[in-house]
Amino acid sequence: MELKREDPEEAKELLERIKGLLKGPVRFMEVCGTHTVSIFRSGIKAMLPPQIDLISGPGCPVCVTPPEEIKRAMELALNGDVALVTFGDLMKVPVGGKSLEHLKAEGADVRVVLSPLDALQIALREPKKRVVFFAVGFETTAPAVAATVLEAKRQAVKNFFVLSAQRLIPPAIRALLEGGKVLLDGFILPGHVSVIIGKEPYGFIAREFRLPAVITGFEPLDVLESIWMLLEQRRRGLSQVLIQYRRAVRPEGNLRACSLVEEVFCAVDARWRGLGVIPQSGLKLRKGFSLWDAERAFGLLPPEPIPEPAGCSCGEVLQGLKKPPQCKLFGKVCTPSSPIGPCMVSSEGSCAAYYKYGGKDGQG
Amino acid sequence: MARDKVLLAHGAGGRASLELIKGLFLPAYGNPLLEVLDDGAVLSLDGVRLAFSTDSYVVSPPFFPGGDIGKLSVYGTVNDLAMMGARPLALSLAFILEEGFEMEALERVVRSVAEASERAKVQVVTGDTKVVEKGAGSGIFVTSSGIGLLWPGASPSGRNARPGDVVLLSGPIGDHEVAVLLARGEFSLEAPVLSDCAPLWELVQELFEAQVEVHAMRDPTRGGLATALWEIAQGSQIGVVVEEGKVPVRPEVKGICELLGYDPYYLASEGKFLAFVPERDAERALEVLRSHPLGKEASIIGRATAENPGTVLLRTRVGGHRLLEPLTGRQFPRIC
Amino acid sequence: MCLGIPGKVVRVEGEVAEVDFWGVRKKASLLLVPEVKEGDYVLVHVGFVITKLEQQEAQETIKLFEEFFGEEAADGA
Repeated sequence: MELKREDPEEAKELLERIKGLLKGPVRFMEVCGTHTVSIFRSGIKAMLPPQIDLISGPGCPVCVTPPEEIKRAMELALNGDVALVTFGDLMKVPVGGKSLEHLKAEGADVRVVLSPLDALQIALREPKKRVVFFAVGFETTAPAVAATVLEAKRQAVKNFFVLSAQRLIPPAIRALLEGGKVLLDGFILPGHVSVIIGKEPYGFIAREFRLPAVITGFEPLDVLESIWMLLEQRRRGLSQVLIQYRRAVRPEGNLRACSLVEEVFCAVDARWRGLGVIPQSGLKLRKGFSLWDAERAFGLLPPEPIPEPAGCSCGEVLQGLKKPPQCKLFGKVCTPSSPIGPCMVSSEGSCAAYYKYGGKDGQG
Repeated sequence: MARDKVLLAHGAGGRASLELIKGLFLPAYGNPLLEVLDDGAVLSLDGVRLAFSTDSYVVSPPFFPGGDIGKLSVYGTVNDLAMMGARPLALSLAFILEEGFEMEALERVVRSVAEASERAKVQVVTGDTKVVEKGAGSGIFVTSSGIGLLWPGASPSGRNARPGDVVLLSGPIGDHEVAVLLARGEFSLEAPVLSDCAPLWELVQELFEAQVEVHAMRDPTRGGLATALWEIAQGSQIGVVVEEGKVPVRPEVKGICELLGYDPYYLASEGKFLAFVPERDAERALEVLRSHPLGKEASIIGRATAENPGTVLLRTRVGGHRLLEPLTGRQFPRIC
Repeated sequence: MCLGIPGKVVRVEGEVAEVDFWGVRKKASLLLVPEVKEGDYVLVHVGFVITKLEQQEAQETIKLFEEFFGEEAADGA
């Protein structure tokens, strides 16, 4: 099976079709941080006609996890018997000038894993440690965390806890559209979130807001096909949620994965960095699993929101209201080697991607 | 970002490392020889040109598929000299050992040093051994310095690449770093990847003997191919354009990159090098490299240009392009 | 927001599959997609198979959706 889809001839053909459909500037939001990275890394960004404006949306856990929740995880890491375990994505995010990478350098037990199951393994191997898995991510990752909690329950593991900072995508898209501030012509929807949730949760985009949306894969040709599908819908006055990523996404999603999430987590109102509180957009462990809930085990209270550093425009960048070069700090005080806000820290953050691709002044 | 502590990023070979050198070391004891910031320094003594280089080896774990710290400490320094166009003459080897380090492991390292120096045709002529208390080290650290004799007429330098030069790469990138990563066993990954640790002088000498004019050479160690190219682009104030499709990467290395979300252009190799040569010498250089076992997968990967000096542009497989920046800090695996 | 890595299942042992990614072998949990068999192509995210992959041919998307859009237009969109 051909797993990579990057044939330059096909790309050229798709670009010709795309150019043929363009009648003026269009703005599409690519919700997913992984799309931002793959669009840059594959070099597609440079191939698209300038009338197509791709805006990076809030699907970047590093960018939208509020600093106060990261700080809370950092504070846990300072306990001598705690191993704070998380994904590599979070290691460099600065909160008040310090990151988990710094804490690790200072001797805190902070570890990177590729899977929540690895965190559970650490707990099993090191019974004297209280292992806290700091869970970030969206619907793609939640089933894995849920399955891990169920496994911890099955094995009656006493020293494994989940600190959940997980978020849900459709509520965030709704909040952006209801806010009325972002002017968009369509959505490039996250392919892997959709593997789990299917097509239906995005229905409101078409029905209530009359915008086309396409569930998209991550290969260069996937993105180009999607853009073509969005432009075709636009041309014909259609607004539907369609699946470009047919090889991986079924319209009904992965029902089993969804039911595991439903069993272990419940939706709660949650704060998103840059977007504020969005109703029913976060995941919290249900009472039946409180033995593995870090909030209960460590007596954690809801943290006080930490305001953005002065001058940081990450919030507006995340909402697609500003482009990175329009931030006062971009390229001057805020750079990948000394990031102020998360959009520069995250390899998929809009600002980091702009900086890497476009240089200091963000010009391509 | 907290600037009061040394971070792992400072030793990663990218921007953070360079910031440390330019911000702390050069202001303190810089001089024209040091400021060149090549892999080593060129000293002239009565018309004899010597290259002098030093490197520390802190690889953990000290043993990995394809090599160990002993082999690395010989080849690494020998290669720094080779990159300057110098035949290695002599090495020094200083060990910092942690109390309690297994003698058997030390014996293996020492045997590796012996084998490697014989293969590289260089002698370890002086050394030192220190032992630190348990907990103060990481088992074993090695520092090696080397002196080499510059090939007559050759002066490859990060400052000498010219627009129009062809960029050659001697083989697939990233093997070493992936081998070490696998040896660390942090991520339960299995792959048949060996460190490519190897001495490069013979290969370089063959280029010189074939009358190839080499303007610049660099081995893409810490910071990987992207950083090495960027350093030459900056040092020579030229632009570099690289064709993604021409850069050799083993499928397993690609697989690891996919799994961890790594970019292969930032992974270290220890037995490969880049050479910037004038167009007229390119085919011959490629032939010379390919006829040596260490260069059989050599490839022409790009060109130097006058446009966009100081930058490296990657032309992607799908037909687009992106800028290759030097490594900033260290790569962490991503799930997103 | 999610690296889903495509690979080929080379072995299944109960709830765990061994998956090959360009020559690299890694185990992945089948708790989310238990019906996976040896020889299947799958997407793996954070150590779990999240779906099986079906073939997606070149040009297929264009053909498929041109037809689809044509029908939509015929329905008087």
